[in-house]
Amino acid sequence: MTIDFELSPRIKATKNMIHMFAESAIRPIARHYDENEHEKPWDLLNMVQKFMGGGMAGAFGSESKEEKEEGGEAKEKKPRETNLAGAVTIEEIFWGDAGIALSFPGPGLGGAAVQASGTPEQKEKFLARFSGDKPVWGAMAITEPEAGSDTANIKTTAVLDGDEWVLNGEKIFVTSGKSALEDSEGFVVVWATVDRSAGRAGIKPFIVEHGTPGMQITKIEDKMGIRCSDTVSISFMDCRIPKENILGSPEVVDKTKTEGFKKVMATFDATRPLVAAMAIGVGRAALDFIKETLKEEGVELRYGINPHRMTSLERDIMQMEADLKAARLLTWRAVWMLDNGLRNDLQASMAKAKAGLAVTRITQKAVELMGPLGYSREYLLEKWMRDSKINDIFEGTGQIQLLITARRILGFTREQLK
Amino acid sequence: MVSFEMDDEQKMVQETVASFAADLMEPAMRESDEKGEVPGEVIAKGWELGLLGGCIPEEYEGFGEQLSALTGVIALEELGWGDLSMAMHLMAPSVLAISVLDQGTEEQKKQYLPAFCREEYKAASSALVEPYYNFCPSAMRAVAERDGDEYVINGKKCLVPLAKESDHMLVFAATNPGMGFSGVDAFIVPVGTKGVEIGDREKNMGIKALSTYPVNFKDCRVPLVCRLGEESGCDFLRLLSRSRLALAALAVGMSRRALEHSRDYATQRIAFGEPIGSRQAIAFMIAEMAIEVDATRLLVWEAAWRCDKNMDFEKEAALAKNYAADMAMMVCDRGVQIMGGHGYIRDNPVELWFRNARGFATFEGMVMV
Ligand SMILES: Cc1cc2nc3c(=O)[nH]c(=O)nc-3n(C[C@H](O)[C@H](O)[C@H](O)COP(=O)(O)OP(=O)(O)OC[C@H]3O[C@@H](n4cnc5c(N)ncnc54)[C@H](O)[C@@H]3O)c2cc1C
Repeated sequence: MTIDFELSPRIKATKNMIHMFAESAIRPIARHYDENEHEKPWDLLNMVQKFMGGGMAGAFGSESKEEKEEGGEAKEKKPRETNLAGAVTIEEIFWGDAGIALSFPGPGLGGAAVQASGTPEQKEKFLARFSGDKPVWGAMAITEPEAGSDTANIKTTAVLDGDEWVLNGEKIFVTSGKSALEDSEGFVVVWATVDRSAGRAGIKPFIVEHGTPGMQITKIEDKMGIRCSDTVSISFMDCRIPKENILGSPEVVDKTKTEGFKKVMATFDATRPLVAAMAIGVGRAALDFIKETLKEEGVELRYGINPHRMTSLERDIMQMEADLKAARLLTWRAVWMLDNGLRNDLQASMAKAKAGLAVTRITQKAVELMGPLGYSREYLLEKWMRDSKINDIFEGTGQIQLLITARRILGFTREQLK
Repeated sequence: MVSFEMDDEQKMVQETVASFAADLMEPAMRESDEKGEVPGEVIAKGWELGLLGGCIPEEYEGFGEQLSALTGVIALEELGWGDLSMAMHLMAPSVLAISVLDQGTEEQKKQYLPAFCREEYKAASSALVEPYYNFCPSAMRAVAERDGDEYVINGKKCLVPLAKESDHMLVFAATNPGMGFSGVDAFIVPVGTKGVEIGDREKNMGIKALSTYPVNFKDCRVPLVCRLGEESGCDFLRLLSRSRLALAALAVGMSRRALEHSRDYATQRIAFGEPIGSRQAIAFMIAEMAIEVDATRLLVWEAAWRCDKNMDFEKEAALAKNYAADMAMMVCDRGVQIMGGHGYIRDNPVELWFRNARGFATFEGMVMV
């Protein structure tokens, strides 16, 4: 091994292909699906399903088809790049448009949870559907009206009754919830507690199939950005699911054992860098726009001169560029560690914290720098500013990422550093 | 294929330099700063690590295979971790040596490089920064005019390290003023040359143990053979960028040290019944410091990697250096803040790092990878 920043030919080829796709198929319709919230780009989604056939699975951290084809033994020798490939691909797609990219079919976070902690039977049963002809979505429902960052505080309950779990409660902000449950034959992974007194140890993920009685979508949110992606509330009223739809062990053995919880939380080690990559794609779109505009105006950027001799514009752009690059490198490091079987929770949070905040600032700055062009809906820049804000919120807010980073650096437990 | 893992040689270099920094540099840091001089023993021992000789090929009496900016920044990060003044003193000769190695003529390499491959430390200086608030390497005020087979150098320089201790200094001056970076050349000037006026040692806010001088050049005449690259001249921006990588790497190392110090203090210092690090106001500062130190290191690595791969790296080096300067100030400022009043007292190293940190925005040249 040696330090290297050159993408492998395979990833490069994919990157180029995805970029062309993003430019020709996504960009041109981005505005339409921003202005027409709750519409879906079905033609595109069908095409995506056809060509990628669950390929976005890789994009969400699960070992998609490609891994299986490579076979067990070959896998040992050949260095894995699945997660890096995912990050690179995501950056390109999100460069095209974040809202549309988020609306792509695939297992999503719910599928990632099944992949990470499901039994072989569960994987077979729930993941196969994503590689069919028709688009299918998976979703993950953790957040509740009274529990967002504080996931341990969820109130949705699951009670075993014979061969079934009975779910009661309300979930909000479920990405692709409508796509999974109404627009396709998908499922949602729902976090519920089997024993409130047990705290974290009592929280378990359950797979709920589309069309299960007692589950209802109660609201579809109107949002600031990423409007093409549906975000819904789901209520569970005596919703009965088979006993075997629990992910991980049903036992609440002892309050200090939070294995199941941890395993699902571990999916975040894979998905957080990917959310960072999403942010980076949008940030790059904004920077590209600025640079093209300046080029058309004949403005040259003087790299290498001392900052105090730069124009304020040059200084801002160089700061943005360095920030974006730093975020990308942190992200690549986090996925590279994952690909190499190294524990990456710290690096995943660092990448997400950096990218979420950096890109929020980059796009806001970009709108400022482009004056009326930035503020106008004639261009996509203002949309990117709205879209990018979500990256500092979902999959753990910027503050939560700092909290995780600080705990690891300081060696504090969650009790010592709240 | 993307990888963040050092090769075996880099790991070895890192380990060796890290233990040197911990054993010899850091313990001497405070006293050296107060006295305003670097301990000769540390420099002698540091020289034995062979960091510079290891860059120079055997044909010039060195013991290196290939100059690697990446290995260089890895080593410099560790030196920066140990102490900035000592690191810059130890590596000050690198500017002349690496410039000659990278862009000198064969004769220049033969003439100047062997001296840096001996057992004993060999000082060498470089003069780039000028004493103007708006100094910029692309708008150098010092000029070198051709006069027959000679160049006549005129202008003022400052932050010239080891000017009095060295036999030679590499002087950067505009041969084509108004041409930006491409109008600048470098001259290997014997320190005793007529017209080289070295002033009294400078008094700086930080890097106090490193002796730096103002130098005036008044009709200083040097023959053409002293021009780096002779008739073909040199690629100044490339050299400048190599030095920016080195400075950025030092900034990463020093900031990493400040982060570690703050981390330890935050877990030990009790206020209101709990370690201060258990409060988010402190913990979040530390998290951001950690993120930015790592981010900067990766920017530096990537730029250095590009340099080694013969890709354009000038833009990346500039971004990394400016980023590093801001990062170092942010991290060291917070280092002081986290210690409260104690951070303001000269017993504590954060006070020293804080003063050193601001220098990175001003420094150019001075060290090179
Ligand atoms: C478009 C969208 C899509 C989403 N998709 C999903 C999804 O698919 N599945 C899902 O389960 N959820 C989803 N979410 C929910 C999202 O993950 C939460 O909104 C997020 O985790 C924050 O929770 P909250 O909104 O309850 O804010 P809160 O937790 O109430 O936080 C409010 C503020 O307090 C800060 N804060 C909270 N705790 C601390 C602390 N300990 N220290 C310091 N600061 C703190 C937060 O950073 C934030 O700034 C989505 C949200 C949106 C907007």
